[in-house]
Amino acid sequence: MKRFLKYREMWLLAGIVVLVGLISTRFPGFADPTNLRQVFNDTSILMILALGQMVVILTRSIDLSMASNLCFTGMVVAMLNAAHPAIPIPVLIVIALAVGLVLGAINGFLVWRLNIPSIVVTLGTLTIYRGATFVVSGGAWVNADQMSPDFINFQRTAFLGLPMLSWIAIIVIALFFLVMTRTQIGRSIYAIGVNPTASVYAGIDVGRTKFIVFCISGMIGGLAGYLWISRYVIASVEVANGYELNIIAACVIGGISMAGGIGSVGGAVLGALFLGIISNALPVINISPFWQMAISGSAIILAVVLNARGERRQGRIILRKAEAA
Amino acid sequence: MTDTPAPRHIPDRLDKPLSSAIFSWEALLVVIAVLIFAVNSFASPYFLDPWSLSDLTFNFTEKGLIALAMALLIISGEVDLSVAAIVALASTMMGMAVQAGAGTPVLMAIGIAVGLGCGAFNGLLVTRLGLPSIVVTIGTMSLFRGIAFIILGDQAYKGYPESFAFFGQGYVWWVFSFELALFLVAALIYWFVLHRTSFGRRVFAIGNNPVACQFSGVRVDRIKFILFCLTGLMSGIASVLITSRLGSTRPSIAQGYELEAITMVVLGGVSILGGAGSILGVVLAAFIMGLVTFGLGLLNVPGIVMSIFIGLLLIIVIALPIVWRRLREGRFA
Repeated sequence: MKRFLKYREMWLLAGIVVLVGLISTRFPGFADPTNLRQVFNDTSILMILALGQMVVILTRSIDLSMASNLCFTGMVVAMLNAAHPAIPIPVLIVIALAVGLVLGAINGFLVWRLNIPSIVVTLGTLTIYRGATFVVSGGAWVNADQMSPDFINFQRTAFLGLPMLSWIAIIVIALFFLVMTRTQIGRSIYAIGVNPTASVYAGIDVGRTKFIVFCISGMIGGLAGYLWISRYVIASVEVANGYELNIIAACVIGGISMAGGIGSVGGAVLGALFLGIISNALPVINISPFWQMAISGSAIILAVVLNARGERRQGRIILRKAEAA
Repeated sequence: MTDTPAPRHIPDRLDKPLSSAIFSWEALLVVIAVLIFAVNSFASPYFLDPWSLSDLTFNFTEKGLIALAMALLIISGEVDLSVAAIVALASTMMGMAVQAGAGTPVLMAIGIAVGLGCGAFNGLLVTRLGLPSIVVTIGTMSLFRGIAFIILGDQAYKGYPESFAFFGQGYVWWVFSFELALFLVAALIYWFVLHRTSFGRRVFAIGNNPVACQFSGVRVDRIKFILFCLTGLMSGIASVLITSRLGSTRPSIAQGYELEAITMVVLGGVSILGGAGSILGVVLAAFIMGLVTFGLGLLNVPGIVMSIFIGLLLIIVIALPIVWRRLREGRFA
């Protein structure tokens, strides 16, 4: 099983290398380490979000409200910063995590206690959280000149040759890797995805674990909210509108099965990187950015087809479950 | 179990006492609709005007048409997230045809054909390759709208012929718009197909147990393929209506319609897990969503705040029966 997973990510990695190689033939500077660092930095937020979404998908659930959570938390943090510039950035990050956690916990509670399918719950909170952003802000924007210099510059501060944003992404990736492979909760998340009934008999509290994964995805949404706002230095109701599907796309390309139980931290990161490389490469090789949507759509379909073949070759029952679901 | 004798007579359908009709999902939706209607007529003096009410219907007829087919698809255990993208692509193709000098009948045919084609593409991917529909249609959603963006970029198509405007702006009789009439006729057809034909029974059966259906001789994949085609077809029809109503095409047309259509279906009592639901519920849900958005609009509530109400409505209506049942059983945690 483990070797098989590695195998799949190797394929994705190879695909990314080939992609970078192809782009370099048109634009030689692309494979330059400086540029690749830039691409990594540009993709950091999507990688973080994809990891948050991954743990939810692994338990056979889905969180459609992540982008709205990001928008709401980003607005709250930006307004706090505009009103009280003295609040230090680490405190703001903790606040962002806490606000995100609350929003995620609401999703988790409805899924856990009321047994409402997660797609229905998060479809509802998707619109509620974005609407709440409007209510909180009164429809106003928070612009760059209202944000404190610290707020904007924190993630751009270079540390050991990388901007803080990249370091945050690396820390989050490392944390997720540890949790998913080395802790009980990580194993439980996989177990629930593979077989919820057996998990119950194995003593795993399925409902509580689902609650926890929604809390995790909520915290990630909150963290990404601060990072997004300070990166694009504008907070409005329109921030990251429709981005929830990009996050899911990154997961799908990364080989995370929507039927649950299959997927890894490496896959989610590579899936996000793949999308990031495409969006960074199109302008430099003179393809209209309007092509991006169709290209990532084709990439998703291709990824699903390839992943399905991989799963079928192994003779796993999971895929048949997916067809039935 | 073993010593109960086999019943001699097996009824076609179970006994349905009156109480089950009173406490049904549809009855709950009717009550909600009446409540919202009453609140609206008190809150705004402009609400109870035939023309206002007629305008109201434009809020949901296009999404409602998509929701009808989506309901069948979700009952069968699949989902299509690409419907709004199909609308955009079909509209773009119609725009191209206008540039080439096509007349109204050709435009209509193109819109519907593109929708049908896109639906068939989804259906092929899901049934032939055995892929999960939620992922496939996230992909085709980007692909279809992406093609519209490649063709149009930041431009817009205009100059639709005058006769084309009838579909989205015309009235059949007095205040009854063509869109509303079409929606009601389509609802009647879908009701008949789902609740009165063997095809409809098979759709329910597939949603409940596709494996058992397969072994019972139901062509599961073929029916699913037909349902994807139908959803595409309805999206194509919706595209004709929207394009005709707006009189222009941008690649961002109908953005977010997929989630609104799914909200309608779920609000209408269709189980997102498949196997249960009714067309009457979906039609009522469409009216409720139209009532909420229009009523709030009359009160100058911005669209984004309305979406809070829609979201809350969705969660509360789904949660209410669950909480109610637990309270009655006295084991609410």
